[in-house]
Amino acid sequence: MNFFAILSIMITAILAENYIFSKFLGCCPFLGLSENPSNALGMGCAVTFVMTLSSLITSLINEYILVKFNLEYLQTIAFILIIASLVQLIEMFLKKSVPSLYSALGIYLPLITTNCAILGASLLCVQNDYNPFISAVYGFASGIGFTLAIIIFAGVREKVAFADVPKSFKGFPIALVTAGLLAMSFAGFSGITI
Amino acid sequence: MIDIKKMIRAGLIDENPTFVQLLGMCPTLAVTTTALNGLGMGITVIFVLVLSNFLISLLRKFIPSQVRIASYIVIISGVVTAIQLLIKAYLPALDKSLGLFIPLIVVNCIILARAEAFASKNAVLPSILDGVFMGLGFTLALTLLGIVREFLGYGTVFGLDILLRFGYKPILFFVQPAGAFITLGVLIATVNALRTKFLSASKKEENK
Repeated sequence: MNFFAILSIMITAILAENYIFSKFLGCCPFLGLSENPSNALGMGCAVTFVMTLSSLITSLINEYILVKFNLEYLQTIAFILIIASLVQLIEMFLKKSVPSLYSALGIYLPLITTNCAILGASLLCVQNDYNPFISAVYGFASGIGFTLAIIIFAGVREKVAFADVPKSFKGFPIALVTAGLLAMSFAGFSGITI
Repeated sequence: MIDIKKMIRAGLIDENPTFVQLLGMCPTLAVTTTALNGLGMGITVIFVLVLSNFLISLLRKFIPSQVRIASYIVIISGVVTAIQLLIKAYLPALDKSLGLFIPLIVVNCIILARAEAFASKNAVLPSILDGVFMGLGFTLALTLLGIVREFLGYGTVFGLDILLRFGYKPILFFVQPAGAFITLGVLIATVNALRTKFLSASKKEENK
């Protein structure tokens, strides 16, 4: 696989098929943790980190264990267990050896197990027949796309908090409408090919 | 004695998973391009929720509390896999239109939230009922969103032509991702407005 094919997968995953604005994966943390940009950045980094690793590992396990022994029907169970234990492992590792990174990402890590973007990325890699290396690249790019979306959204939301919106729109509904307007701008990327 | 009336009210109105608790946003936004897809997703979730609540409530005395979340996830993913295989075998059309979002029910917050908040503390029968009514609340919200989006985006409801015969030009915006966010936002705002109206009305009556 040449360099341009990989670049094309990355650009598609970041912009044209952004996880939030076109695939609706990872909407819970997107809407729940976007009150201010610094939290959003923390969550985005944690997601990118875990997604890269989990896509790589689930893809390896799928190729060398599940497919080899005709156990593809166990994919969902196997993947969610791998992700849950991986998140736990990363948490323990960071706590012990990189305390500074742990204090920055620590509180977001437990939330990641139930983030559908992570499991979604693993399942999509299998669906698209990516090899382990491409899976890792795809996971990384999707994570970047997620981070981009959540930071932009948090920035806009910070401003919206001061706007005078109708009473019944306060809080969540106006956030959804804001996300809709952002999704419109991201729709402009659809159809980009290299 | 189980207070069924209260449970129905909680599931459909007071604690509606979508409109009030705002759980499970991903499938809510993604699959509701048509009313039928919304209904299909909702019914799938009812089955998963009832089965997982049943199993978790049955096992609640055997699961040590330190590893309960991991155990819940294994039980839920087992149930989802079984249902996914059944849908693939008997309803291939639904499998095609829901696609990735069937296995992703595993990480739908509603299922885990009900397991943790209700099934782990209550007996089997109330847990099953809780699954049914919470699932119905979710189905109601998804179908409503699906109806609105399909009506405006394709001019049909459940595939039946409603507006097209009057020369209506479908607004495709509503079935695109951006339309999903905005429609859901407006729907939740409408529900909020209705709730405050009825709540204040019932409070005034109490004061009299």
